[in-house]
Amino acid sequence: MIPGAFDYHRPTSVADAVKLLVDLGDDARVLAGGHSLIPMMKLRMAVPEALIDIRGIAGLKGISQDGGAIAIGAMTTQAELIASALLRERCPIIGETAAQIADPQVRNMGTIGGNVANGDPGNDMPALMQALDATFLVEGPGGAREVKARDFYKGAYETALADNEILTSIRFAAPAAGHGWAYEKQKRKIGDYATAAAAVILTVARRMCTGAAVALTNVADTPLFVAAAGAALVGTSLDADAVKAAAGACEAVASPSSDSRGPAEYRIKIAGVMVARAIARAADRAS
Amino acid sequence: MSKMHVKLTVNGKPVGGHAEPRTLLIHFLRENLGLTGPHIGCDTSHCGACTVDMDGMSVKSCTIVVAQANGAAVTTIEGIAAPDGTLHALQEAFREHHGLQCGFCTPGMITRAWRLLQESPSPTEAEIRMGISGNLCRCTGYQNIVKAISAAADSLATQKEAAE
Repeated sequence: MIPGAFDYHRPTSVADAVKLLVDLGDDARVLAGGHSLIPMMKLRMAVPEALIDIRGIAGLKGISQDGGAIAIGAMTTQAELIASALLRERCPIIGETAAQIADPQVRNMGTIGGNVANGDPGNDMPALMQALDATFLVEGPGGAREVKARDFYKGAYETALADNEILTSIRFAAPAAGHGWAYEKQKRKIGDYATAAAAVILTVARRMCTGAAVALTNVADTPLFVAAAGAALVGTSLDADAVKAAAGACEAVASPSSDSRGPAEYRIKIAGVMVARAIARAADRAS
Repeated sequence: MSKMHVKLTVNGKPVGGHAEPRTLLIHFLRENLGLTGPHIGCDTSHCGACTVDMDGMSVKSCTIVVAQANGAAVTTIEGIAAPDGTLHALQEAFREHHGLQCGFCTPGMITRAWRLLQESPSPTEAEIRMGISGNLCRCTGYQNIVKAISAAADSLATQKEAAE
């Protein structure tokens, strides 16, 4: 399988990349790691006439912190997320999630920016970014703007990103020291998308849950941030009833399609199971 | 959609050629450069038979267009043995431990393991299995592949000690 023909551009600044997007119009696509786009192009499900490869733009890569805020450049690869000592210390759920994406070779090319910007409901990072309440920075011809991860996803492959904008970085407040976390993903095999997956981040003080965020992967056309699930946990001791209520809130909003990963009813049930497991593991890790 | 001039360093040698940007790296290696060690297996980024090393990391060359690889340093299975033909410890270990049956996945397995052992010189069995999780063996010969990689790690450690 060979992609359709395209013109190839390798700009060295975001401004140049945006200018190319504007000049070339709808027929151009941004190429990050290429590990979603190139397979789509090989299947001719995507036939862009121009690719704008942003790998040569300095400054789009890297992980930094400024006080309690963490910034991750869009071109940071999944492998780099896993290797980051800063993330391991301040926000280990990112590495835990990245390690469940695809396989080592794909993680060397695949980027966090591509993962969140593509809008594929199977991607794992969008739900996690919603659980973290992350903000995406995007740049277009009118300058830079911010979009909340929780407002970014409109449908399958439909996002708040305009055709002439590039997602350049992701920012979020590091979860409180001592927080608990878990990303639980059921998949049929290494490299598969989730049958259902859940990201849980919570804080516990004196055995009571004081804060909780729950989000789901691949059980709807978009990632799902389930505020009701977090609310069901806060103020409880994370006892069996609270976990059941949180899982129930997730099952209530999950609307997956029936596919090779199982019938919709099964995938909804698995979403609840993933949530319950993630809460248990996050609670264990909280201090 | 004209052809572009591509320059790479492959197995330590500078090479170049004209190719359409959409040419997959695996096709450029096999068809333009005649390096038929890396194989096309699934052609969908799953099986890892096309694994090569690019700028110090393992990648699947069926999912990279040659325009992206322009300027990169690439190592294929052809570049793993010493220039005089002496097999690399991994190649010896795959032979010794029967780490291949039909052999189709072997170039990808060895090229991936070659990078894995540089990232993690004495991996546990679990680390080896996770490390090669992007490489499929349809003969299901994983047991001996893992043994071979583990043995190669030991023999590389011994070689290193002897050299010091």
